[in-house]
Amino acid sequence: MQTKNLLLAIGMASVIGFTPAAALEIFSWWTTGGEAAALKALFDTYGAEYPNAKLINAAVAGGAGTNAKAVLKTRVLGGNPPDSFQVHMGAELFDTWVSGGFMEPVDSIYEVTELEAALPEQLLDYLRSDEGNYYAVPLNVHRANVLWYNQKVLADAGLEPPESWEEFLSAAETLKAQGITPLALGDNGIWATTQILETILLAQLGPERYRGLWDGSTVWDSPEVTRALEILSQVLDNANADHAARSWDQANDLVIQGTAAMTIMGDWAVADYEAKNFTDYGYAPVPGTAGIYDGSSDTFGLPKKAPDREEALAWLELVASKEGQEVFNTVKGSICARTDCDPEKFGEYQRWAMQSWSQDELVPSLAHGAAASEAWMSQIDNAINLFVARKDISATQAMLVRAAQEALN
Amino acid sequence: MSRFFARTVPFWLILPSLLLVLIFVYGFIINTGWISLTDQNRLQLEAGKFVGLENYQALWQNPRFRIDIRNTVIFSLIFIPGCLILGLTSALLIQSGIKGEGIFRTIYLAPMAISFIVTGVVWRWLMNPSAGLNDLFAAMGLGFLQNVWYTDPTWGIAAIALPAIWQLSGYTMALYLAGLRAIPKDIYEAAAVDGAAGFYAFRRITFPLLLPVTLSAIIILGHISLKVFDLVVAIAGMGGGPGFSADVPATFMFQTTFQANRFAEGSAISILLLLVVSLLVIPYLYFSLRQEGQR
Repeated sequence: MQTKNLLLAIGMASVIGFTPAAALEIFSWWTTGGEAAALKALFDTYGAEYPNAKLINAAVAGGAGTNAKAVLKTRVLGGNPPDSFQVHMGAELFDTWVSGGFMEPVDSIYEVTELEAALPEQLLDYLRSDEGNYYAVPLNVHRANVLWYNQKVLADAGLEPPESWEEFLSAAETLKAQGITPLALGDNGIWATTQILETILLAQLGPERYRGLWDGSTVWDSPEVTRALEILSQVLDNANADHAARSWDQANDLVIQGTAAMTIMGDWAVADYEAKNFTDYGYAPVPGTAGIYDGSSDTFGLPKKAPDREEALAWLELVASKEGQEVFNTVKGSICARTDCDPEKFGEYQRWAMQSWSQDELVPSLAHGAAASEAWMSQIDNAINLFVARKDISATQAMLVRAAQEALN
Repeated sequence: MSRFFARTVPFWLILPSLLLVLIFVYGFIINTGWISLTDQNRLQLEAGKFVGLENYQALWQNPRFRIDIRNTVIFSLIFIPGCLILGLTSALLIQSGIKGEGIFRTIYLAPMAISFIVTGVVWRWLMNPSAGLNDLFAAMGLGFLQNVWYTDPTWGIAAIALPAIWQLSGYTMALYLAGLRAIPKDIYEAAAVDGAAGFYAFRRITFPLLLPVTLSAIIILGHISLKVFDLVVAIAGMGGGPGFSADVPATFMFQTTFQANRFAEGSAISILLLLVVSLLVIPYLYFSLRQEGQR
């Protein structure tokens, strides 16, 4: 009887074309709302293509990825990496992972999928090493320099979205006179303020010199950086007093309620407005940064020692594909890294962002890992955290200068 | 052979746990100490180079670390006496023969069973500058009590001590209750015969006899206050609040190690924490072991 069953099993396996149940473990910090749904949609697409595949979702929740990154580092250092993991383009990819020798190039994916031609030329610099090897496949793009506002509140105050920081500060006076908080801010965890500083730096220095901050060709003790800190100090004076106790989405609530007029946040804010059934939001580039795309991309790479290399490569091919990016980004609310996605499938904000993505000048976002190494970023966050409390411009600038020196030598 | 074995049975029984503790506690402490003396300040597999005390020097120059030390001192100075006073008071009240003693004891002790994370989340809401207790104060006409709690750059850390006291004063009460029960009744009776009662008896009998319990409580609460981490993370977040208002060495250590990849610097913070805790615990162990030896 047993022998018969065994023979039967072998027979059936050979008929179906037996392949070992291949596992694919994907690591990310997409665990809530639209993010988790988008990841699941992408998993389903993979499952439809490879019905035998066993997908393992190794997402770790909490802290905007900080918990996940801590777990990931422990796993990789311990020689037990997932098959592929989420990582920001640019500094986070290269400084943390590639330079330590933890990643394999993925040039083959770029060849098979002809990805180079589908991505904006300026994005490739954040995916390619100095030796010319690609180390990650971008799945989406987010933009950090977006000013969101309550359309009714601004219109009632007789204001247009400000186009320069001077305009912003004078609009703020008008709003304050009417008892409205000019800027909603939720900087629990400080990065939301770091993000504002990066957009002010961008406005003061322009894209070319802003990029130079991160490779040493632009100095940090310039008058422009001083001016940026002065503006930041004034901007903070126009924010809600309890900003340190709020998260970014709780700051959004102030805009939704109309007690605050504007907020500066990356474009994942759209998903938050949609989820809270708020439609009266408007958006514009952060003052002084029109024509600049302050972006970051979530990418996936191939860790050395990935236990299921073949499956990981198949996953990366899906991530690179138009189909994969459309499936994921329409649900998550970000836009495709590829420029050939169909705008009709996306919402109004995304269509605006896709337009900018294809023509604006790209700069790497500091707060979202693309511009500076994690150690450098953490130093900048610390300096900003002290700045928020003490408003000491020269001491903060000295800290920023020192952080740059340490990071760049 | 069998006699040798019989004599050494206790040794063989503790050997497995002894080995595990030696490797996973003391071995790893030594490894952490070694890493803190190297330049392993990035994500890397190869061992770092020896650089002496460079990481410790970098720490002393770091404004965040200096704030953390100050915060730890303030936290301990509020948290430890707070628990001792509340714990002793409630223990004396319960001991005085109140009705339903068991119920009160359970109620006061219950918070200890809750994890610091849960306490932290609840108190984050209570201590929200624009909600929670501040709303309550306003509704009761006590608006002058409103404040920004843990987001105050100078005194934020004091706000973190409140939930810690709430959570552990019940435990301190249990320690004191045990101490009170251990005092023989006849001492009080003899004192009463000699005309000593009331507060005088408390000052001359209860208080001195509770000193060993107080010392134990200080050691236990002291090492909790030096190592506090989860409560701060749950209330103020990993970044420690604006201007590091509520930051402590443990959160700084976590961010330095796992976010900034500066493993050597993170190890240096851990070693410093260990040294401070040892300063507190080792004299205590030394004295209590010597006392036991004398008995």
